[in-house]
Amino acid sequence: MAAGSKIVAIVGTDAVSEAMRQINPDLVAAYPITPQTAIVETYSQMVADGLVKSHMVAVESEHSAMSAAIGAAATGARVMTCTSSQGLALMWELLYIASGLRLPIVMPNVNRALSAPINIHCDHGDSMGARDAGWIQLFSENAQEAYDNTIQAVRIAEDPGILLPVMVLLDGFIISHSIDRVELLDDEVVANFVGEFKPAYSLLDVNNPVSVGNFDGLYGYYFEFKRQQEEAMLNSFGVIKEVGAEFGKISGRSYSLFETIGMEDAEFAIVVLGSAAGTVRHEVETMRAKGIPIGMIKLRAFRPFPARELAEAISRMKAVAVFDRSNTFAGNMGGPVFIELRSSLYDLEKKPLLVNYVYGLGGRDLSIELINKAAAELAEAARSGQVKQSINYLGLRE
Amino acid sequence: MALTKVFTRPDSLRDINFHFCPGCHHGTAHRLICEAIDYYGIRERTIGIPGVGCGVFLYNYFDLDVCEAPHGRAPAVATGFKRVLPQNIIFTYQGDGDLGSIGMSEVIHTANRGENITVFFINNSVYGMTGGQMAPTTLLGQRTTTTPYGRDFRTEGYPIRMAEMLAPLEGVAFAARVSLHTPTQVKKARKAVLRALDIQIKNMGFSFVEFLCACPTNWGLSPRQCIEKIDGEMLQSFPLGTYKNRQDS
Ligand SMILES: Cc1ncc(C[n+]2csc(CCOP(=O)(O)OP(=O)(O)O)c2C)c(N)n1
Ligand code: SF4
Ligand SMILES: [Mg+2]
Repeated sequence: MAAGSKIVAIVGTDAVSEAMRQINPDLVAAYPITPQTAIVETYSQMVADGLVKSHMVAVESEHSAMSAAIGAAATGARVMTCTSSQGLALMWELLYIASGLRLPIVMPNVNRALSAPINIHCDHGDSMGARDAGWIQLFSENAQEAYDNTIQAVRIAEDPGILLPVMVLLDGFIISHSIDRVELLDDEVVANFVGEFKPAYSLLDVNNPVSVGNFDGLYGYYFEFKRQQEEAMLNSFGVIKEVGAEFGKISGRSYSLFETIGMEDAEFAIVVLGSAAGTVRHEVETMRAKGIPIGMIKLRAFRPFPARELAEAISRMKAVAVFDRSNTFAGNMGGPVFIELRSSLYDLEKKPLLVNYVYGLGGRDLSIELINKAAAELAEAARSGQVKQSINYLGLRE
Repeated sequence: MALTKVFTRPDSLRDINFHFCPGCHHGTAHRLICEAIDYYGIRERTIGIPGVGCGVFLYNYFDLDVCEAPHGRAPAVATGFKRVLPQNIIFTYQGDGDLGSIGMSEVIHTANRGENITVFFINNSVYGMTGGQMAPTTLLGQRTTTTPYGRDFRTEGYPIRMAEMLAPLEGVAFAARVSLHTPTQVKKARKAVLRALDIQIKNMGFSFVEFLCACPTNWGLSPRQCIEKIDGEMLQSFPLGTYKNRQDS
């Protein structure tokens, strides 16, 4: 364990609040929504107790939360907000503005299903819907990762070669409300790690006046701006890895774009993200102990999508199952991870069979039995060289 | 002496237990609205549109058609209903977070357009459902989970008075603030609810009733202490009264 760290038993929202306290952003603007609420409450208490210097704005909606965040970030301040589900949906127009203005806002989003019908439990439909908004999206498996990702997000977002907003994703209730063992770093270690934000451009710099987000006109540079955003995303592959490695030095926990388990000798594998990775890992390890040649990939970065590296990692497999906690409603195209992974494989000569399991919508539990069912079907596909059904709904009442 | 039944559960209110906390006034507000619906015999043509908050389960209790609206959007959803179904009676039922925070613009513009709907507004000075955060109606100095040492006007502004704010708009035909903390006040509240629906039945425009309500759970007070708080503090910031009552249509 890193010097000065301490081990605590806290829920996911507290892990995020602790990270925020240590980051100590200039401004936090937020509106409460289950299951994110405790972050707003705990941070308000920290502000009221003078533990941080942040301005805390209890705005009237998420639309205003992101607007205030954009305003503050445009001055060159370090800014955070947090939300969930309907709140993220209400931020929609601002999400694109934050990334278009290249404002390095960091936002934990506690994944929760979108209405209708109203459902407060976990799925990834909220943040997956924002996948084309130009934000970096990092998924967490547990409270520890939510904490670690929040701290790293600041560095990634503010990297001069990136300057993109970052969403840190943690599963509603499963992570946000479960008590977990979390190693908290020393305050000073985190302060040094995130450092001071030195924006290249900011409003109110009297010697270098700028205007932000202007009307681009018919013959403007909109297209070029958008191309630059893509370039920033491309740069982020390297930076996410660098920051993850550097974080390993201060914490003993290194991070990359994804993590692999048993892929060296596996014949088939499961790709999964979020808290389900913990359950899947447990089953994968149990099966491997019995000699079953299964492996797994836990995806951390969904944006940017590490297409090339993922394709490389699975190209040798006979069959791969992709677990998606959301759906695209594209007409049996499967979930977003499946679609993107399938697309990543297109140019390969040799590629595995690919099968999709949509699971856990609206908080439906992913039991060990369901994982085993999928694993058995996967093993059969690997053996026979045939996929019975590409798009499957795991745990659906039919 | 033969006993006469003088009080029954309104027909429009289904005979099931409320999920509300003990001492919460949501239940009283539900009953008053149902009584008024029975009084006018409009149950078969009334549609309720709850906002998101502790009133979100309205469909469990009101024996009528109900459509859920996203947080804050009930007046806009109600507008859609009323324009297409002008013969129906449309009401929204919204908390202070729903109506005064996130849905402020919807209610103002719906009122300003003079939509012929009725808005029932539950002012309990907190976001009850999400666990007692500051609402725009939170009293100065009131402790909430986001104002742990009390609301400070320098950073959180002042309590918003919705009835007074909406009343001057031309589209508003009726705006009143009532309270549910004593039997006398409940009687007055009943009259306001009746008048608000009467206005809609007569196509006179937008009608609005604000109820001062207790949230014992998030105020951290017993039901009795809540009543004292409403009487002693809440009435100071939120004076009761009818702020508009248009007579002609
Ligand atoms: C867009 C969006 N943001 C946040 C929420 C979370 N939320 C649900 S109810 C509520 C506050 C409800 O407070 P109020 O309207 O005062 O109702 P009460 O429970 O006090 O009656 C909030 C913030 C949501 N459902 N949707
Ligand atoms: S939390 Fe407050 S508003 Fe909600 S039911 Fe309980 S007392 Fe009523
Ligand atoms: Mg309220």
